Amino acid sequence: MATDSVKDVVLSPVFKNNPIALQVLGICSALAVTNSMSVSLVMGLAVIVVTAFSSMFVSLIRNHIPSSIRIIVQMTIIASLVIVVDQVLRAYAYDMSKQLSVFVGLIITNCIVMGRAEAYAMQNGPVMSFLDGVGNGLGYAVILLIVGFVRELLGSGSVFGLTILPTVQSGGWYVPNGLMLLPPSAFFVIGLMIWVLRWFNPEQIEKTEYRIVANSKAKIKETANV
Amino acid sequence: MASNNSIKKTLIVAFSLCVVCSVVVSSAAVVLKPKQVQNQELDRKSNILQVTQLYKPGDDVEEKYAELITPRVVDLKTGEYSDDLDPDSYDQFDAAKDPATSRTLSGEDDIAGIGRQENYSTVYLVGDPDDPEQIVMPIRGQGLWGLMEGFLSVRGDGNTIVGLSYYDQSETPGLGGEVDNPRWKAKWDGKKIYEGDDFQDPQIQLVKGGASGEYEVDALSGASLTSRGVTNMLRFWLSDEGYAPYLARFHDDSQGGA
Repeated sequence: MATDSVKDVVLSPVFKNNPIALQVLGICSALAVTNSMSVSLVMGLAVIVVTAFSSMFVSLIRNHIPSSIRIIVQMTIIASLVIVVDQVLRAYAYDMSKQLSVFVGLIITNCIVMGRAEAYAMQNGPVMSFLDGVGNGLGYAVILLIVGFVRELLGSGSVFGLTILPTVQSGGWYVPNGLMLLPPSAFFVIGLMIWVLRWFNPEQIEKTEYRIVANSKAKIKETANV
Repeated sequence: MASNNSIKKTLIVAFSLCVVCSVVVSSAAVVLKPKQVQNQELDRKSNILQVTQLYKPGDDVEEKYAELITPRVVDLKTGEYSDDLDPDSYDQFDAAKDPATSRTLSGEDDIAGIGRQENYSTVYLVGDPDDPEQIVMPIRGQGLWGLMEGFLSVRGDGNTIVGLSYYDQSETPGLGGEVDNPRWKAKWDGKKIYEGDDFQDPQIQLVKGGASGEYEVDALSGASLTSRGVTNMLRFWLSDEGYAPYLARFHDDSQGGA
């Protein structure tokens, strides 16, 4: 671990070891906030900030955290940061925070943040932990933006609010795909992305853990009919 | 490392972490509070301005609001202005929750599905407060998924609609969510609420498949329940239960009475 290079730590979570696409963490918020790109972008930035700073602070005090309460300590740090981020958004990006509503608060429950604090920051120095947080937040943000791009383009005919495909409701020709505006569509988009990523990186495909055997032939008990 | 797990160390770490975190969180909340309150005010004011259609992008919201809008508090039962309540500090949403300042609506009266209704409501007068060009009234009611909150603006005759706009709704995006579509909102301009001299019974409604006449507006396609919610909430707030007694004063005024 000590030999990790800065480039590896920041870039590998983006494609090789993506928290959403490979580890399949943080799906809940990825479904909820990706119906437009600008919202996805702000959410991505918020997660980058929280993951980076929480990893850094956890790492700073890692030698003093009693192991019996380490999860609570990590959660307290994460929760405090999330509240600060939420307050800042409300003060400086009010419209955005209205659209994100509870999902900023729910960053607390995002497994990526706590996963990095527990898996990386508890063993590594503050600078590398900070970068690891940035990298993982970035991996999350990239997926959010791609999903947001697909959903906003097909669902509302626009990208970052700029009209690309004029919709029928606004007098154009494009009939928007209503499903894309609803959270479940993000499942399909993320699923397809995981498929594509694993096609290019076959080593990401998990080994089959068990195989279902063919049904055994039913044994007919003649005696039952007597 | 072993000493980290002693009870003393555990308590010290837990306590100091709590102190540091609470100081950080509370100072962020206190420092940013004024800015947040200002944002909320600005948001409310720009919603009011937008429904009057007098606001153009790029206008200064505070300036325009101060120039055009006079808030007044109205007693919904009598339709008279109340001078006891200060329109700048009166919060009708708080009032609606308090049994002392609101009333419970029984099942069949409550077509808007709001449960409780405040006794006094704030209205926003555009132009001269004694002879307003427009009257902006807050309305709310159940849509398909939840409460829809918005403003309705009518002209000084108390009968001609200028616009209807929702600032908070959770309808299905692309279907009921089209209440926010500017093309749909533009259809409200010039519609009439009451027919003839009957100022108790609002006639305005959403109809499916081609609205005709001045009491009808096109329903939202694929959103029957949202459309029904919008019709019901207008019927409720414009009836005797809502603003009808207040709006009736403007009919009299415009006919040269009072």
